[in-house]
Amino acid sequence: MMKNGGHLSKKNKKKRGFIHDIRTNAVSYLMGFPAILYALVFGYLTYPYMIIAFQKFSYRTGIFGSEFVGFKNFEFFFKSSQVYTITFNTIKLNLLFIIFTTLVALLLALGFNELRNKKFIRMNQAAIMFPNYLSWVVVSYMIYSLFSTNYGLINQTLILIGAKPIVWYNNADYWPAILTIMRVWKRAGIDSIIYMATIAGIDDSFIEAAKLDGANRRQICRHITLPLLVPTVSIMTLLAIGSIMYGDFGMIYAIVGDNGVLLRTTDVIDTYMFRALRRLGDPSSAMAIGLIQSLIGFIMVFGSNALARKLNPDAALY
Amino acid sequence: MKHKISKANMVIGTLILVFSIFCILPMLLTFMVSITEEESIRQFGYRFIPNKISFYAYQLIFHQDSSVMRAYAVTIITTAVGTTLAATITFMAAYLVHNKEVRYRNHMALYFFITMIFSAGIVPWYLMCRALGLTDSFFALIIPSLLFSPFNMFLVRNYMNAIPDSLRESARVDGAGDLIILFQIYAPLCTSVIATIVFFYGLSYWNNWFSAVMLIDNPRMYPLQYILMRLQSQMNMVVEMQRTYGRTL
Repeated sequence: MMKNGGHLSKKNKKKRGFIHDIRTNAVSYLMGFPAILYALVFGYLTYPYMIIAFQKFSYRTGIFGSEFVGFKNFEFFFKSSQVYTITFNTIKLNLLFIIFTTLVALLLALGFNELRNKKFIRMNQAAIMFPNYLSWVVVSYMIYSLFSTNYGLINQTLILIGAKPIVWYNNADYWPAILTIMRVWKRAGIDSIIYMATIAGIDDSFIEAAKLDGANRRQICRHITLPLLVPTVSIMTLLAIGSIMYGDFGMIYAIVGDNGVLLRTTDVIDTYMFRALRRLGDPSSAMAIGLIQSLIGFIMVFGSNALARKLNPDAALY
Repeated sequence: MKHKISKANMVIGTLILVFSIFCILPMLLTFMVSITEEESIRQFGYRFIPNKISFYAYQLIFHQDSSVMRAYAVTIITTAVGTTLAATITFMAAYLVHNKEVRYRNHMALYFFITMIFSAGIVPWYLMCRALGLTDSFFALIIPSLLFSPFNMFLVRNYMNAIPDSLRESARVDGAGDLIILFQIYAPLCTSVIATIVFFYGLSYWNNWFSAVMLIDNPRMYPLQYILMRLQSQMNMVVEMQRTYGRTL
């Protein structure tokens, strides 16, 4: 009897489940509705559009009326040499960004940790966070005032010390370095704040104990602060590696723009996709590239996370 | 010993100071260039200390050329409206996935989480915007891509989870509905996290030119960042042309 009753109510619960929940918590659901709708329209309903990677899509006929062409879009893309260039560029630039930003941010955080003058710390923290709040468009103006051929500060300096000025905007080889420096310049500060917060959260007793054992500051830094920073660093790195296939369109297009000379080293998947979509009006091949990008990106997220979990369970994201 | 430590700190402090200065200097240079007279730029290039100060560039922007002023208006309106809407939507959605009375809150959280980790990319996003007619309007600048970010929603939810349940329960006993609980009890307690998401949304609306580059063709609807970006690429083009066709253009 008891068992039967329990079974019945459980079944009832299941049957009435979601609709019942919506009825009883109507106001909660109603308040969440705009977000639910948004996630539906700009999330779930965009997924079917991915099918156009296998179509010869035209805006006139839409997704249902366009002709299916199989893997033709992919074939076209893989046959052109550009696929290797843009994939290589995307990964190379992102790796450069990840490595140097993390390195500089860590050094900054450890450095700040050693300082004691509160006022000095606050002033410098404000300064290093400042670039993060500028848009890449504004940063591109700065880069121009530094690297402009005729008037730029760097060429002016080169002339001053007797060296030959360099035509920066005409030579693609310099740009991975310039982009990396600007990326570090913009992001390292804000990242270091995150690491500083982690350092601030380290239990004082660890450090006290180490001091009692006669550890000097370098040893404390090496054997206590750094190991305790590892989970935070790896989570930040994992997040970054998860999107290693995604070029930073906002950054690269703002800085490089339509300057064709620089494309050899700075063209990434996202800028290529943008050109295919907006300049050439070819959404199908743009989607084909996007699909490959998503696929590899997906593998990267789960792969890097699995790897992190294996190496250090604390460091995994989920 | 003490002397040695302070010496190490001196080195560290100096290095950090140098980095900080490098964070500020390029902006300062840009500002200084903006108030340098054109003739002196032509003669000496960009410099930190201008030979001759001139506010001509600012006069040009704020008086004769209305496109920059217009762009300011567009950006300010989109930022104000967009941020308000986005923060409200996010706050309300966070309550849905937080509220322990909602049995399917974790399912809803998963529903949002999936859209966060799995994005179809810019092509479907663009086609969706076109299908909805979100081009060349304020809606195009406000709605797509920015209006609601699950990440911010989870941020708010985690903050709400720290609020004791007993608070909501006692309000419930006193007869408060969800609206009252959210806007009269939770909102004052969540001021700091709301300020955070308002800042996030505000910054991304203000700095957003991606929506413009994708969806806006009408120059009257260009936001500020996009106008700046176009000016910059035009400038680069002129320079490139100068290089190709000789210095005198």
